[in-house]
Order: sequence, then C-alpha cells, then structure tokens
Amino acid sequence: MSGKKPVAAPVTATPKSSYNGPVVVDPVTRIEGHLRIEVEVENGVVADVRSSSQLFRGLEIILKGRDPRDAQHFTQRSCGVCTYTHALASTRCVDNAVGVKIPKNATLIRNLVLAAQFMHDHIVHFYHLHALDWVNVANVLNADPKKAASLSNSLNENRKEKAADFAAVKDTVKALIESGQLGPFTNAYFLREGGHDAYYLPAEADLMATKHYLDALKLQVKAARLMAVFGAKNPHTQFTVVGGVTCYDAMTEKRLKEFTELYEETSAFVRNYYIPDLLAVASFYKDWAGIGKTSNFLSCGEFPEDEYDLNSRFLPQGVILNNDLSQVHDFDPTKIEEHVKYSWYEYGSPKHPYQGETKPKYTKLGDKEHYSWSKAPRLDGKSTEVGPLAQVLVSYARGNKAVVDAVDYVLKYLNVGPEALFSTLGRTAARGIETLVIANQT
Amino acid sequence: MKFSVSHGGDKVEERLAKAGVSRRDFMKMCGTVAAVMGMGTAFAPKVAEALTSKRRPSVVWLHNAECTGCSESILRGMNPPFAELILGVISLDYHETVMAAAGEMAEKALHDATHSEHGYVCVVEGAIPTAEDGIYGKVAGRTMLDYNTEYVNKAAAVIAYGTCATFGGVQAAAPNPTKAVGVREITDKPVINISGCPPNPYNLLGTVVHFLQNGIPELDGEGRPVMFFGDSVHDKCPRQKYYDEDLFAESFGDEGARKGYCLLRLGCKGPYTYNNCPTVKFNQTNWPVEAGHPCIGCSEPGFWDYMSPFYEEG
Ligand code: SF4
Ligand code: SF4
Repeated sequence: MSGKKPVAAPVTATPKSSYNGPVVVDPVTRIEGHLRIEVEVENGVVADVRSSSQLFRGLEIILKGRDPRDAQHFTQRSCGVCTYTHALASTRCVDNAVGVKIPKNATLIRNLVLAAQFMHDHIVHFYHLHALDWVNVANVLNADPKKAASLSNSLNENRKEKAADFAAVKDTVKALIESGQLGPFTNAYFLREGGHDAYYLPAEADLMATKHYLDALKLQVKAARLMAVFGAKNPHTQFTVVGGVTCYDAMTEKRLKEFTELYEETSAFVRNYYIPDLLAVASFYKDWAGIGKTSNFLSCGEFPEDEYDLNSRFLPQGVILNNDLSQVHDFDPTKIEEHVKYSWYEYGSPKHPYQGETKPKYTKLGDKEHYSWSKAPRLDGKSTEVGPLAQVLVSYARGNKAVVDAVDYVLKYLNVGPEALFSTLGRTAARGIETLVIANQT
Repeated sequence: MKFSVSHGGDKVEERLAKAGVSRRDFMKMCGTVAAVMGMGTAFAPKVAEALTSKRRPSVVWLHNAECTGCSESILRGMNPPFAELILGVISLDYHETVMAAAGEMAEKALHDATHSEHGYVCVVEGAIPTAEDGIYGKVAGRTMLDYNTEYVNKAAAVIAYGTCATFGGVQAAAPNPTKAVGVREITDKPVINISGCPPNPYNLLGTVVHFLQNGIPELDGEGRPVMFFGDSVHDKCPRQKYYDEDLFAESFGDEGARKGYCLLRLGCKGPYTYNNCPTVKFNQTNWPVEAGHPCIGCSEPGFWDYMSPFYEEG
C-alpha cells in the first residue's frame, strides 16, 4: 500500500429533498437478478421499503431426487456473476455428507480459484457496476487531461499515466456523446440537463475513473482467465468434484507459471489502481459514511486450511450484534431460519433450511403483505447482514492482522473512525479491503 | 450541460481509434473471429468490413430467467477486449447489467430503442417462464412473456444467447416448475440459437458478422450455426487418441485421470454434444476436459435432464 492523499476534498453532500410519496425502482440495474424496490418517502426520508425479488426459478424443487454429485452444477447457475461460489458450497456440502477427506492440494487449489474470484468480482463490481453511481461520465468533457494524469499519478507511485491517454479517453466520450447513440449511458442521471447534483467528483477525478473503467474492462478478462487456469472456464467453473478437484494439469510448470503471472498482474492492479481509486472517490463522498447503517453481521469465514474445520479459515467466522465490535460470537448454523411471511409462498412457520419448503403462491404486484419471491433468512430471529462488510468487521474484531492493518489504513486515510464502517461507504470500502488482503496473500 | 444529438457519421476505425483500439488490434480480433468461423485469417478484412457500418447497429439485450453468466461471458472475450467494441461497433442501448439508468429511465431507454425507425437486433438471455400467464418473472411490472413477445417480434434479427434462451436451460429442468421455455417457443420469427451454459463469446461475434454480411448463417436442426456447432466436442477432443486406444480414467483419483486419459467412463458427454470448446476454448486458455472434468453437455437441448446424472457413463 503506497497511496498518497489527494489534495483536500471540498465538502459536498448528497442533496436532500422534501418529497412525500412512493418511489418505485424497477428494474434495479447493474446487479444480477431482477429486483424491484418500493419505497415510501416522508419529507425526504425513507419511511418504509419493500425489496422485491421479481423472478422465481424453482431450483430447490428441481434439485429434489437428483444425484447429489450433480447438485453443484445446478446451484452454480444461481448466479453467473458470483460464479463458482455456489458450486464450491454445494460440493463442500456433499463432501461433508459422505464424509470424504479431500487432499490438501485440492483445498489449496479450491482456495486459489476462490481468491481469484474475489479479486475479479470486486474489481468488476467497483468499476463496472457501482462506479456509475458516483462517476459522472459526461463531466469528463470538462476535464483537463494533464491535470487528470497528475491527479492519478499522485495517488500511487507505481502509476505512470500519460496525459495523452487521458485525452484519448476524453475523445472517446466526446465521440460517443456526439454520435447521439449513447449505448449503456442512455438516460443516465448525470446526462440530465444542468447535470445532477448527487454527482460531485471534480471533472479530473471523473476522467480518471472513466479511464480506469476501460482499463479495468481489459484487466478483468485476465482476472477471469486466472480462474480458468485451474477452473476450466469462467463463468461457471467445471473442475470441482465431490472429493477434490480434477485439474491434474494444475501441477504442470506451464499452468503454475500462467497462474502466478496472472495472479501478480491482477493483484498489482488491485494495489495500484483499485484501492487508490476507491479511496480517492470515497474521500469526496464521505457523507455516505452516515447513510446505510445496519446492526447485525454474520460471516462464515473463508479460505480453510482444513475444509472440515470452520475455525481453520484464514478469514474467521463470527457474528457481531448491535454494532458492538468488542464482542464476536461464534456462528451457530442451527440458528438460521427462513421466513416466508411476506413472500410469495404458501405460509408456513419459519424453518431451518434443512426443513425448508418451497411452495410458490403469487398474489400480485403492489401487495404490501406479500411482495417478493425471496425468502427472508434470519439468524436467531434477527435480520443479519452477510457479505464483505460482515467478513471485514468480524476479521477486524477478531484481530486478523492483515485485515486490521488494511482497515486502519483506510480509516486513517479517510480520517474517520471505525463507526464509519457501518454504512454504504463502509460497505464499498470493505469490498476493497477484502480484495486487498486477498491480493496480498501471495 | 446540453449535448447536441447527431447521427454518428464517422467510420468504425476512427471510432475505434478514439476508443483506444488500434487498427492492428482490431484486425487481430477480426482474424480471430474469421478463424472461429472456419475461414482463414485472409478473411479478416471481410470481417472488418462487416463491422464497419455508418450508424452503429442498436442492440437490445433482454434478461429473463437466467443467471447473467451469459452477459458475463461476453466480457471475457477477445483481443482486444470485446467490451471496448461495445463502445465503437455496436450501440448497446438496453442491457440491465451494464446500463447506467435504472427504473423509469431504463424503461424509457428500452421503449425508445425498440420504437426507433432504425430498428434493432434483439439478443435474449434467459428462459421465458410461461406458467400461469408468466407471473414467475416480471420486469417493470410486465411479465417476461409479455415483453419478450413484443420485442422479439418487432426486432430486425433475434439471437437467443445461452442454453436458457435457446432451450429453457436450468429452470426448465424437470419438473420445470415455471414452464420455462426458449425463445423459439414464443415466436414464429427465425431465431438464431447460440447455446452453451454459458456459450463461447466468439460464437456470438462470429454470428453477428455473418449476419451483417450474408444474413442468417446455415443452422442445424436446433437452430444453431453449423459453423460453430457442426462438430461434436468428441470429434475435436485431444483425448480422442486415448478413447481410440481404450484408455479410460475409471475414477478421478486413478492413474488414468492423472495421465489425462479419456473421461468417457466418468460421464463425459462429449460424444453427444455439439460445440467448439476444444478448439476455441474459454478465457483463451482452458476448457472442462482439459481441466480433467467430463463434458456435461451444456449446449444440448434438455441437457440438465438428458445428460444427467453427469458422472455416469452414457
Ligand atoms: S445459459 Fe447458463 S450461463 Fe447463460 S444465463 Fe442460463 S444458466 Fe446462466
Ligand atoms: S474425454 Fe470426452 S470428448 Fe474427449 S475423447 Fe473422451 S469422451 Fe470424447
């Protein structure tokens, strides 16, 4: 980590409105899946919200009665963005059910492919899915390429970016806008006449982020290839089997060299671009450290040394309640229940997934009592956040050195305390922290 | 800020240059596409010509019952990366996974693109749930069945990309709880099927090039371009020499598996599966059999049922 601080950011804030009434966003874009969000707003503040999954496929029903070894291929098709993870989870379940001990090398290879997936997924999430919420691509036209290059190079000593390359990106954006065919930017909020005041990066930062959006598009091809070196392909790896992995090829010098080189290139991008860009953008949007707070967090941990021992995972398991970082509870899988009270399923009392039922019963759109194809999983009856923020908080609170160092670095850089992690900004930072920690485990 | 809206008149090469794609890179990619199409690299200039149109063709990409793996697959291609071509060659006017707009603004983008006098190419990802009038899948309050029927029927050309869109895919596996179907089941229009779970992105680009040049390519009985799906995986598999010599891996841990013998006895469906994985590969580097895993038949209709159990022979 060798980031330098950019010049002090002007204090700006997301504008507040005094709107009263409903807001419906459907489709929610730049995510996997079909999501509808229904919000009731009172005087500019969210009073009630319904998150509504709009697609039912019935994989639980389809899986019944099949050969358990096949299950991984079905479950992997839950999501092609976070590909592999569902296949791995399913394979581990069957390993566990039949009691097979998998070879140590197989665990290592499963872990390495998962590390590649974390890096790929978070890079794409930051640059290609999330960035358009922060970065005003049209504002690029107001940027000075020279200043953009020096801004970028000031953020990391390994960057040697040229003004001419920034000028070329500016020309690309200009040509795109002038063509009248805006493609994926059609109707973007920042194209509103007069701009949009929820976007407040300086023009040079917008140009820098837009250039790196394009650079990251190229890089992610390699990060995905990194998974395929052992995993056969991405999306949808095909190399895990109950009992281990199939890729004997992985032991050849050719494959090891290919993997090492791609790993180094990807992790260097994480250190030199992703993290400094994330921090630079975050330092302008610091008001988002006060938005998006939740209270309870669960992490199952990841990267086991021994797949049968939950406590052998490099990133630890644990539960944090009521934002209390001084205490981490052990994760107890028996305490999970799925609720369907508000979902489009026949009502049944909350059940542990082992006893889970899937009996669809649609009502209609706009029904406030039943509004989603998603079930609602709860831990000990509490709604509990999972994912990168939970993972980072649990690791931080448990004193995992790599995570503590990365978190402290980020907090210091942004000049905020740990409480800032419980927010949208914290969630975005946590993805980066998790990626950085993984990138550095070479 | 206000932007003047005019129709792009400049040439594709200039646009690519502006997008940071050199002519050399572009020709390299055209050469790759030509090779995948079974033509020599001498065919590359023709590919380039087909991709050189004045107005970028508008592409509307519809997401249905799917996992977005097909969308991800197109980002993995090419030299230069296919994604850059999205800015220089086509105009991707609606694609829920990459577009900046959401909600009403996204709906408007879809409406405008599908009502433009210039027409559009419709790429469909995912199956269409048809049970109970389509209630199992909705976007912006409309069933997938409803809007796919409208936008597929109005399109200049329709490509079903991925096994979900072509044949119903994973959600259509027995007992197919939502009666999910492929695009051909909801329209009488000609549909080009590019199957695979996910498919190879080169097969999409090659099809587009062929379409722009010579119209719809020759299709097999399943609606798939013969130039990509004409041979079985087994036909081109480097392990065929072991198959011919009766040298088989009998378990994933045995000497045969270690030595890279044929995976037939472990369930390989290569002999019944038509696709070009062994030659084109994925992510420019690998494919399942090379990684020691049997082919599961992912580009065949109904493979989730007909090819499973995946680890049993036959
Ligand atoms: S064909 Fe496969 S990769 Fe494509 S959307 Fe369907 S499940 Fe996903
Ligand atoms: S591994 Fe599969 S595709 Fe290859 S030769 Fe054997 S049966 Fe055919």
